[in-house]
Amino acid sequence: MKYSAAKIFLEGLFGNRGWGKAWREPEPKKNYDVIIIGGGGHGLSTAYYLSNVYNIRNVAVLEKGWLGSGNIGRNTTIIRSNYLLPENEPFYEFSLKLWEGLEQDTNYNSMVSQRGVINIFHSDPQRDAFVRRGNAMLLSGADADLLDENALRKLCPYLDFENARFPVKGALMQKRGGTVRHDAVAWGYARGADMKGVDIIQNCNVEGFIIKNGVCSGVRTSKGDIRAKKVASCVAGSSSQVMSTAGIRLPIESHVLQAFVSEGLKPILDNVITFGAGHFYVSQSDKGGLVFGGDLDGYNSYAQRGNLPVVEDVCEGGMAIMPMIGRARLLRMWGGVMDMSMDGSPFIDRTHIDGLYFNGGWCYGGFKATPASGYCYAHLLATDSPHPVARGYKLDRFRTGSLIDEKGVGAQPNLH
Amino acid sequence: MIIPHPHLGPRDACEFVYKGDAELVFRPERVAPVDYDTFHNYLYLRQNPAGAHKELWYHEYGDRSWLVVTRNTQTHEILKVEFASEYLSGQKDRKSNV
Repeated sequence: MKYSAAKIFLEGLFGNRGWGKAWREPEPKKNYDVIIIGGGGHGLSTAYYLSNVYNIRNVAVLEKGWLGSGNIGRNTTIIRSNYLLPENEPFYEFSLKLWEGLEQDTNYNSMVSQRGVINIFHSDPQRDAFVRRGNAMLLSGADADLLDENALRKLCPYLDFENARFPVKGALMQKRGGTVRHDAVAWGYARGADMKGVDIIQNCNVEGFIIKNGVCSGVRTSKGDIRAKKVASCVAGSSSQVMSTAGIRLPIESHVLQAFVSEGLKPILDNVITFGAGHFYVSQSDKGGLVFGGDLDGYNSYAQRGNLPVVEDVCEGGMAIMPMIGRARLLRMWGGVMDMSMDGSPFIDRTHIDGLYFNGGWCYGGFKATPASGYCYAHLLATDSPHPVARGYKLDRFRTGSLIDEKGVGAQPNLH
Repeated sequence: MIIPHPHLGPRDACEFVYKGDAELVFRPERVAPVDYDTFHNYLYLRQNPAGAHKELWYHEYGDRSWLVVTRNTQTHEILKVEFASEYLSGQKDRKSNV
């Protein structure tokens, strides 16, 4: 069923009784061309582009819980393409372009809002670094604007410009960046993939792989064995757990990242503000809540909940840059489990086992990558060669020395 | 999280710096010619278990000791704390598992 304004009008006339389910609930078949493990944002996006762009439709998405129950429902919904390194920036810009056309592509309202992402700087050296980053973005076809203090004052008069420790001197702004209604991304991709015949199977836990003589030919699940020519893991957060059943150790640690929402407020924040020096980022949702986050808790965790010192630290970051939010009360907080990789960059690659593919290591930048991650993973699954913008995301890059370390902090995942 | 320090008693985890998997104490022997695989596996690959995890914590805002803390990564419950030096000498014969 195609969603449209006319359809809404017609359904309104007849009591909204004609809306069907957005996707089926099929039982798994015995055989597929491709099995995607993980029905989150990246898995569903992979299924969508496989079926819609690469015409591979005999596909199953296996999800152990319910659709979109992982990090696609736990992030701070920010999209941007403001990276520095040549392995990253073209990929994230490709992703941002896919975001811009997402609602038309999937015929689903995912509330893509290009409200602008503002990265604040506080000193001359930091400004120089941001100029360099902005130039790198422009070279990859992205947009970047350098705002001086006056321009930023006009845009965000509420920032603490005279802060003694971090005086605000200006910002790098990406006007095309913004936010997206995160759950709707999963739903839109699920519906789009389902319409092309992809089976989305919920409550189906993958317990292991069927591997013989170095070839993977399917998965063992809580709903029995399912065969496939290609098996694609896409379970960031739990990557190490799933891949360990195939005997693969990954360059990944799982860490918990918390996010927060304040009570609903009147519109005060037009853009996304990121205060890198204090590691605080914030936007305001359409319901009025301030959606914000900060640092990882910093220790290995699969708990999907964090500890209080980080709550305090993040709120201090917010108070330092935007003292006006001090009276707002915290409404909700939650945690998500991140695949923190050894250089802060992700993986989209084949494994040494034939027929077994891996997508993961998204650190805490996975949401903005959702469309490109799925597109490039679908490309890899369909053609067995990496998509041109995802060539750097190899699993063996630590062995070959081709690291993609945006922050330059080395093999210490909790610092990326 | 509260980490029960063997000498100093219960200490707030904020006093510590987290280094990661305690396997890092089993550094492979330097051999010639350089064995890239061994050092790659040692430095970059992790077991990353969901459950009991032995990990290194450095008591930076305390007595600056290195501890090996056994902690459940699903519940954050701390199961055992020992000095890294004692942990290492208790496993003298153990080689790196990579």
